[in-house]
Amino acid sequence: MKKINVALAGNPNSGKSTIFNMLTGGRQKVGNYPGVTVEIKEGKARRDDYEINFIDLPGTYSLTAYTLEERVARDFIINKHPDVVVDIIDASNVERSLYLATQLMEMQVPLVLVFNMSDIAQRRGLLFDLEQLSKLLEVPIVSTTGNKGLGKQQLFEAIKKIVEEPPQHIRQANFGTEIEQYIEQLKPKIEQKYPELTAKCPSRWLAAKMLEQDEEILKKITDPQINQQAQTAIQKIKGLLGEMPEMIMADHRYGFISGACQETVKTTAELRHEFSDTIDAVVTNRYLGLPIFIGLMYLVFELVFRLGEYPMDWLEGFFGFLGAGVENLWPEGSMPWLKSLVSEGIIGGVGEVIVFLPNILLLFLAIAMLEGTGYMARAAFVMDKLMHKIGLHGKSFIPMLIGFGCSIPAIMGTRILEDRRNRLTTIMVIPLMSCFAKFTVYALLIPAFFPVQWRGTMFWVIYLIGILLGILSARILRSTVLKGEDIPFVMELPPYRMPTAKAMLMQMWTRAWLYIKKAGTIILAISILLWVGMNFPRPDIEHTSSPQLTQQQIKQLELEHSVVGRIGGAMEPAIKPLGFDRNIGIAMIGALAAKEVFVSQMAIVYAVEEDAKEMSLREQLRRDYSPLVGFAIMLFCLISAPCIATIAVTKHETNSWRWAGLQFFGLTAMAYVITLLFYQIGSLFI
Amino acid sequence: MPLTQIKEGRTVRLVSIESGYGLKNRLASMGVRPQTEFTVINNHHPGPFMITVKGCKMMLGRGVADKLMVLQLNSENQ
Repeated sequence: MKKINVALAGNPNSGKSTIFNMLTGGRQKVGNYPGVTVEIKEGKARRDDYEINFIDLPGTYSLTAYTLEERVARDFIINKHPDVVVDIIDASNVERSLYLATQLMEMQVPLVLVFNMSDIAQRRGLLFDLEQLSKLLEVPIVSTTGNKGLGKQQLFEAIKKIVEEPPQHIRQANFGTEIEQYIEQLKPKIEQKYPELTAKCPSRWLAAKMLEQDEEILKKITDPQINQQAQTAIQKIKGLLGEMPEMIMADHRYGFISGACQETVKTTAELRHEFSDTIDAVVTNRYLGLPIFIGLMYLVFELVFRLGEYPMDWLEGFFGFLGAGVENLWPEGSMPWLKSLVSEGIIGGVGEVIVFLPNILLLFLAIAMLEGTGYMARAAFVMDKLMHKIGLHGKSFIPMLIGFGCSIPAIMGTRILEDRRNRLTTIMVIPLMSCFAKFTVYALLIPAFFPVQWRGTMFWVIYLIGILLGILSARILRSTVLKGEDIPFVMELPPYRMPTAKAMLMQMWTRAWLYIKKAGTIILAISILLWVGMNFPRPDIEHTSSPQLTQQQIKQLELEHSVVGRIGGAMEPAIKPLGFDRNIGIAMIGALAAKEVFVSQMAIVYAVEEDAKEMSLREQLRRDYSPLVGFAIMLFCLISAPCIATIAVTKHETNSWRWAGLQFFGLTAMAYVITLLFYQIGSLFI
Repeated sequence: MPLTQIKEGRTVRLVSIESGYGLKNRLASMGVRPQTEFTVINNHHPGPFMITVKGCKMMLGRGVADKLMVLQLNSENQ
């Protein structure tokens, strides 16, 4: 059995994922780059004597260092050296698709071109002479229909052939005498100074990238002499041809492509997507666009909460049953602390979080559906005007929408934003979009404090406050720390299509998995930690063994003596002006770990304090606090420092503790001030 | 004239891109280059632009559209 690596490259929306699914079946795992688009998926297939590891590279238009996706794809090819690269060509847009192919050829990777959905393109009036095109480009071409599974066998054969007889010579576009001449001059110098680089990628490619002033390559080739020579060459080329070398090189690549396509790709009719155009005429209409979008969002959230209710009830029942089971089956008297840890700490804590999994799954499914059909790109178009007013692009809106599910995949999703300032601003305000963890807090508090007819409104109010604060913060950031001009914004609007159920489910799962992982690791650890903090150190036996004390008073003494009790007590003067007492303070400490811990924490505090079986948590809350305090808690939870996991992701994605710190302290300070104002002013009226 | 002044439904030919190389490169890789012809589908004043280039729909921010110098072609093409 021989193991080979095959990478899949192609433009976004070229049907790459469909081909990947066709080749690998369902067996695949998502690798190191989770997020909306920057992810590397791997999947295995066995064929004859080969175990083929397919790697799905992010969809890109070229291999410059302009966007993160391009860098990810390029670095993979340089560092991992796949045996074959399969480049998916969108048959309805051959010339543009081949632009990426020419760049792969420059990197001298063994290439197979796949013309996807060429049957549809042919029906629409495009004629291909693939045999002739293959001869001209000196690259094998296979035509497939990914969604029907056609062409799979031929593709495997082509891959096998390349592995068995690697091509001796790979054609590439000629950049014209002037540029070629400077490339030839730079080549030997690079080969001599950087043998470890030229072992990985061809020296001609490196020399060409020097002339293109590619950021990533300039970081690697720092030799002043080579840089000086490249600069001189660039100036001479500019003087001679009136353009920067990179533009001339782009022209030559297109020249090379149109030369190959001239005789082989024929258009007999203009390509149109009537169906897409009809839909677009409505959903991107100047007046209808926004109302349609808002209506769809309303529908999504209705669906998520209505449908999510049922499985939520089942899960709640299941965890209740599990906790009770442990309580009952536990051998009497043996290690009571462990029983309490398992039933209250672990099952109680993690259970509260897992209960919201159905909602998360439904929201991510809805988002996958919006993305898969192509509507999401239109939503970005419709929202662009509004987002622009707060200094963001329409595209920023996509990660923000994911933020209503969970900030972690949302912040990772900001990788689709090319502009650094735009991306940082989006990352900073994402925590203000009420995520599901915050929803759990609202879901506990709103029914506890507000009459039925007000509950729906209260949900909208709190969500809206978050959105408005997000807009305000974005504006402030864009006019202070992140001031500066926009990077111009270009985005493709793919034709509408029906995504496969499998593709949508897989995308939903990828994102939901990040949430489950959080529940399984961070929240589990914090639940245990908090349980320990609330139970230790224990007070002396003499204090609690006094017969006058009731069971409840003993427990209260124990809690006051514990680490968490003491911290909560110490915090009390600071949080009192917000209307919060010690118990809320304790739960807020827990909420730092993850907002949903607030709920489990309150549950634990009250279970510890007295017999929770007789009175539900909500009734106890209503007894102890006023609705004003209830709303203040929600307000504070909404705005204050996001969970530790979010801060960690922000640090990772921005590569700076400063931004993570600003997010943490900035939001907490804002929460304190706003809650303080709200509570103090509110107290005057109520 | 800049693309921003073109009305919906008109077909234009791109003459030049008055910008840095980042944007020129990006547009080139997406198939928008000097001499390319395309149609303006949506000109949401003052919002973004929607164009079709060779059957492919694209959205351009207003900042981008401002930098694209175009020549309006015969309105028969609309």
